[in-house]
Amino acid sequence: MGIVSSGFMGRRKRDVPGLPPGQYLTEDFPVLSAGPTPRIERDQWVFSFAADGSSRHWDWNGFMSLPQEDILADLHCVTSWSKLGTRWRGVPVDALFEGVETDAEYALFHSYGGYTTNLPLDDVLGGKAWIVHEYDGGEIPPEHGGPARLLVPHLYLWKSAKWVSGLELMAEDEPGFWESRGYHLHGDPWREERYG
Amino acid sequence: MSGAWKAADVVGLREETTTARTIRLRLPAPVPALAGQHIDIRLTAPDGYQAVRSYSVAGATPDGFEITVEELPDGEVSPYLVRDLAVGDQLEVRGPVGGWFVWRAEDSGPVQLIGGGSGVVPLMAMARAHAAAAHPAPFRLLYSVRSPESVFYREELESLAERETFDVTYVYTRKAPDGEPAGRLDKGTLARHVLDGGSDPAVFICGATGFVEAVSGWLLDLGHAPDRIKTERYGGMGGTS
Repeated sequence: MGIVSSGFMGRRKRDVPGLPPGQYLTEDFPVLSAGPTPRIERDQWVFSFAADGSSRHWDWNGFMSLPQEDILADLHCVTSWSKLGTRWRGVPVDALFEGVETDAEYALFHSYGGYTTNLPLDDVLGGKAWIVHEYDGGEIPPEHGGPARLLVPHLYLWKSAKWVSGLELMAEDEPGFWESRGYHLHGDPWREERYG
Repeated sequence: MSGAWKAADVVGLREETTTARTIRLRLPAPVPALAGQHIDIRLTAPDGYQAVRSYSVAGATPDGFEITVEELPDGEVSPYLVRDLAVGDQLEVRGPVGGWFVWRAEDSGPVQLIGGGSGVVPLMAMARAHAAAAHPAPFRLLYSVRSPESVFYREELESLAERETFDVTYVYTRKAPDGEPAGRLDKGTLARHVLDGGSDPAVFICGATGFVEAVSGWLLDLGHAPDRIKTERYGGMGGTS
C-alpha cells in the first residue's frame, strides 16, 4: 500500500461512491487549459464532420435544431479531482452520425485553438458522448469550453475537448494533443489510465 | 516509465515564505525532468487512505529535483508537506510528466515568463535551466505577488537578474516596498513590462485561473499570437490540493 506517512491522516471522505481510484472530490470547477481561451462567437461557430472523403457542417442554429438531451455526469480529471453530479445539455454524438455509414473505428475531435483528442467510436456512440452547450442551466463559460464542448464523462476529462469545432473519422487510432505528450491513449479513470 | 511510483528521499527542506517551502527529493535513479514539468506525489495514511496531488518541479538537482509547495488553508496534502514532512522521510513520486508547458534549451527564441503567486514555480524551473545552459536567449519574468514577504526564491532571482539575458519585474498586488505602488496587474502594466509581441516571444503563464485568463486575454489584445502562449492554471484546484 505504499510508504506510510505516520503524521498524515487525510481529511477527505473515504470510499465515496462514484469516485474512481486515486481521485478526490472537489465542489468547485477547476480550469485546466494548454493555452489562451479562444474567442468564439456563436454566429461564427461551425461544427464540421469529416467522414470518408465527404464532410457535413452545422452552424449554431443548425446545431440547435438537432436532438437535444439533458445529461447528469460525474467528471474525473487526470490531475486527480472529480466533480460529481454536473448538469449539461447538448446533442448526442449519435445524432451527428444519422445517415452515416462507415467502417472507421476511431474519431479525432478538433477544437478551436488547435487542440485535438482521439477516441474510439465505441466510446462516443451508444449514448456515451455529447456536444454540450449548456452547463448548470446556462451558457458554458468560455474558460470551461463554451460555446460548445465535447462531453465524454466515462473517460478522463481531457477527452472532453473544450471549444470543439469538429470530428474526423479515422481508420487508425492516432494520438491527439495530450495523448502525444505522455498521456494515455484511452483514459479510463476506473482503470487509472492516466499516463501512456 | 512515468507511470510507476518510486520512493523518493526527502534530503532537504527550505522555507520560502511563512506558508511555503521547498522540498528537495532524491530519487533512486536519475530521472530527467524538462523545465516546466510536474510530478505526482502520493501520501498514504496509517489506515491505508491515499491522496495524490500534482506539483510543479522547481528545478533539477544532480540526484533528483526540488518542488515548492504552498500551504492551502483547506488543503489536505499541502499542510502535511509544508508543516509535518521532515528530512529523512520518504514520499512516493510519479513522473515527471507533461510535455507541453516546458522550455527546452533547443528553443532559441526570447521567452516571457508570467507568474502569479506560487505559479512562479514551474517558471523558476525554466529560469534555472536557462541559467544552467548559459543560454543566450533573452528571458524575462513578470512576477505578480501579494507582498514582498510572499516572494519565492528572492535571492536567487536577484542573482539570476545580474546576468544580461535575464530580467525580473515584481508586481505587488496588496503591499509593496516603500515608494512602490501596490495593485493588481493590469493591461497597461503588462504592456510596459513584457517582451513585445513583435519579437515573437514564447510566453509561459502560470497562476490562478482568473490571473491566467486575464493575462492571456490582454496578451492577445496586445498582438501576441495565441499559439505562442502556453498556460498552466492551479487556481481551479480550489484550495483542495
